[in-house]
Amino acid sequence: MELTTFWFATIAVLWIGYFFLEGFDFGVGMLLHPLGRNDAERRVMINTIGPVWDGNEVWLLTAGGAMFAAFPNWYATLFSGFYLPLFLILLALIFRGVAFEYRGKIDNPRWRARWDLAIAVGSWVPAVLWGVAFANIVRGVPIDANGDFTGTLFTLLNPFGLLGGVVTATLFILHGANFLSLKTVGDVRQRANRVAQAAAPVAVVGGGAFLLWNQLERGSGWTWVPVVATAAALVIGTIAGRRELEGIAFIATGVAIAGAVISLFGSLYPDVMPSTTDPAYSLTVENASSTDYTLRVMTGVAVVMTPIVLLYQGWTYWVFRKRIGPQHLPAPPRPFVHS
Amino acid sequence: MHALDALSLARWQFGITTVYHFIMVPLTIGLSMLVAWFHTRWYRHGDEADLRLTKFFGKLFLINFAMGVVTGIVQEFQFGMNWSVYSRFVGDVFGAPLAMEALVAFFLESTFLGLWIFGWGRLSPRLHLATIWAAAIGTWLSAYFIVAANSWMQHPVGASYNPDTGRAELNDIVAVLTNSTTLAAYPHVISGAVLTAAVFVAGISAWQLIRRHPSDVDRRGFRRAMRLGLWVTIVAGIGLAVSGHFQTRLMFEQQPMKMAAAEALCETEEGAGLSVFAIGDVSQECDVRSLVIPGLVSFLATDDFNATIPGVIDTQAQYQELFGPGDYRPNLVVTYWSFRAMIGIGLVSVFAATAALIWLRVKETMPTSVWAGRLAIAVIFTPFVGNAAGWIFTEMGRQPWVVAPNLAGDLEIRLLTADAVSTSVAGWTVLISMVTFTLVYGALGVIELILLKRYVEAGPDAAVAGILAGDDGDGGSTADDDQPPGPEDRDDWPDGSPPSNESDDAERLVFAY
Repeated sequence: MELTTFWFATIAVLWIGYFFLEGFDFGVGMLLHPLGRNDAERRVMINTIGPVWDGNEVWLLTAGGAMFAAFPNWYATLFSGFYLPLFLILLALIFRGVAFEYRGKIDNPRWRARWDLAIAVGSWVPAVLWGVAFANIVRGVPIDANGDFTGTLFTLLNPFGLLGGVVTATLFILHGANFLSLKTVGDVRQRANRVAQAAAPVAVVGGGAFLLWNQLERGSGWTWVPVVATAAALVIGTIAGRRELEGIAFIATGVAIAGAVISLFGSLYPDVMPSTTDPAYSLTVENASSTDYTLRVMTGVAVVMTPIVLLYQGWTYWVFRKRIGPQHLPAPPRPFVHS
Repeated sequence: MHALDALSLARWQFGITTVYHFIMVPLTIGLSMLVAWFHTRWYRHGDEADLRLTKFFGKLFLINFAMGVVTGIVQEFQFGMNWSVYSRFVGDVFGAPLAMEALVAFFLESTFLGLWIFGWGRLSPRLHLATIWAAAIGTWLSAYFIVAANSWMQHPVGASYNPDTGRAELNDIVAVLTNSTTLAAYPHVISGAVLTAAVFVAGISAWQLIRRHPSDVDRRGFRRAMRLGLWVTIVAGIGLAVSGHFQTRLMFEQQPMKMAAAEALCETEEGAGLSVFAIGDVSQECDVRSLVIPGLVSFLATDDFNATIPGVIDTQAQYQELFGPGDYRPNLVVTYWSFRAMIGIGLVSVFAATAALIWLRVKETMPTSVWAGRLAIAVIFTPFVGNAAGWIFTEMGRQPWVVAPNLAGDLEIRLLTADAVSTSVAGWTVLISMVTFTLVYGALGVIELILLKRYVEAGPDAAVAGILAGDDGDGGSTADDDQPPGPEDRDDWPDGSPPSNESDDAERLVFAY
């Protein structure tokens, strides 16, 4: 396999890792108010992802860094072209990250309510915008001979792009609900189960329509495989959820997310960012990539480091594998009133 | 240059977001190590004072860390967003250290910090201790890759220019990671970070001892922390001076214009002196430098008090010969004054630490006045200003280049900042993002400062309890008032065996957000 192809696949894997892991973080944040009826329940929800959300977000930094290192032209065109959506994602991630850490620092309902809002909005915005962005990457955007994006924000808000946003938001809600029903006990678990049941058909129909649309316009023969796998995983997940096989339901939505990313990247290849202005201006794995030497260096680093990272991140999930409910929260502290 | 064009705005945004990000970063780097040190002491000796120090400074560390993390994502994104031409030109070289930072350092830091925060009572004490060290090592590694990436912009090595692709291309990753500029800059950055955290720990500990009359156990802890902080400040100060000297020598060789700009030295001089300050506009007139210490610049740059230092005028002529017509001078007002601010403000805390140690030796007791407490807190802020001044100097001194040419390397690897900005991004777009980031960062900075202040004032009790009472004093939390009170000693944990994870009974977590 060409190294450029290997790195195209690696970047797909990094985005799968990101959407799999931060996907349920987003889902938990999006469901914070609908599922968490009081402060204790919201705390339970936040604490299911408390130890891991930051490590999950590093997948985004790694995916971004890998695009910069392996496909600088892709990175440059994408990040300068999709300026405003990325700007909004950055703001959302800033507020959301600070909220996790600061929310519990002062015992005041208004203080916590504001940070809860930051978590919810900070989860919704990227959950929608990542879908819009990736749908448009695959669909193609106006790119000129210099590799510069020549559209506007409204170029991105086409039906396919918007459907992509709806699909990622739905998938992340479903993934988050399955995660919560796997990680909590009591009312939150019951409600999460019900949300998953309600979201699953929407995900099947919406996700199916989106991937089918993409497959019929751009897919190749083999990309039918991830499309079918995504649909199958969503159906299996729905059935498993009904039977309260929460582990299987969660894995199934994870597989669905991976399948969706694979089918999008699969239909993109060998382009990385097609130009709707002139196919000759499209960025491809060849004309957007770094040199063979750089790719070899990065391959060495990735081959050594990725298994190590997976190992210790996996171990983290093992350490925090226990379900939690309001009864497990530390007792309300004797609040310390400073003089 | 129009004030509202995309170039100036992108530069302002980069400056604002980077200086801001680097308020949190040095404290994270230095304090991670000091918290790990307190934790280690507690693990080995079992003194409760050390546990309370770990939790107290650990809490302050985390309040600061959160802001560092979220502002760091912006850093990686804005190369592509605002500087797409730069990204295309350098990506083959510059992307590698950034990707390595994420894979090698960020994962380590973030994952293990999560384990440390939530690991109380769930991990064995030994394993739990290891997690804070892993996180600390992650922060130190991450600094290395970033300094390596930045050093390549100051002194590009390990790459050659490819005329077919019109970009710099990597040919030796080891040369990039062992760039002489990196090897000098890294100890400087780390010393600055350690100094920042040491002053932070010493200042807060002193304030607690002066103003808060802590319990016996906390008095023991804060005395220990204060002495540690003071000594580390002095050692780090020495580290800054020594590494700074090596950097100056390299700067003289590698970036002669920056060297001249640091001193605003117009004419080439033999035995060039270092001025303490200047009266007037250093960019307009040549002889406004005052209190010149003879030969010092020559010595810093070459180890020889009589060496010749090329001035700005001669270097400008040399650059014009090499690179064609153009103005190759950085903003001399900024370089001259930021260089002085870096050194001068950096020295404040070292002098303060020395004075404090002498006081402790002579008086053997803490001062008690309000002003002594205020002074202890005030000094904490100085290293942050020094860090910012140092980066402003090194980045502004590189101008007008974003990638400064390596005079002993491939001269084609060079890029003017003016040519590096994204061509497809409109000025108003950058304006929106710059203004928004500035406002959001400002607001979050105020919140962080308020939180830090309140946790510092509340002392170790609040850090051990885990939460502060709100302003409107509603006491307990709203929803779980029906919960039975927890065990009194919640900061205790089972030694050796973590609680069984399979049991579904209501065994409370030791820590939760």
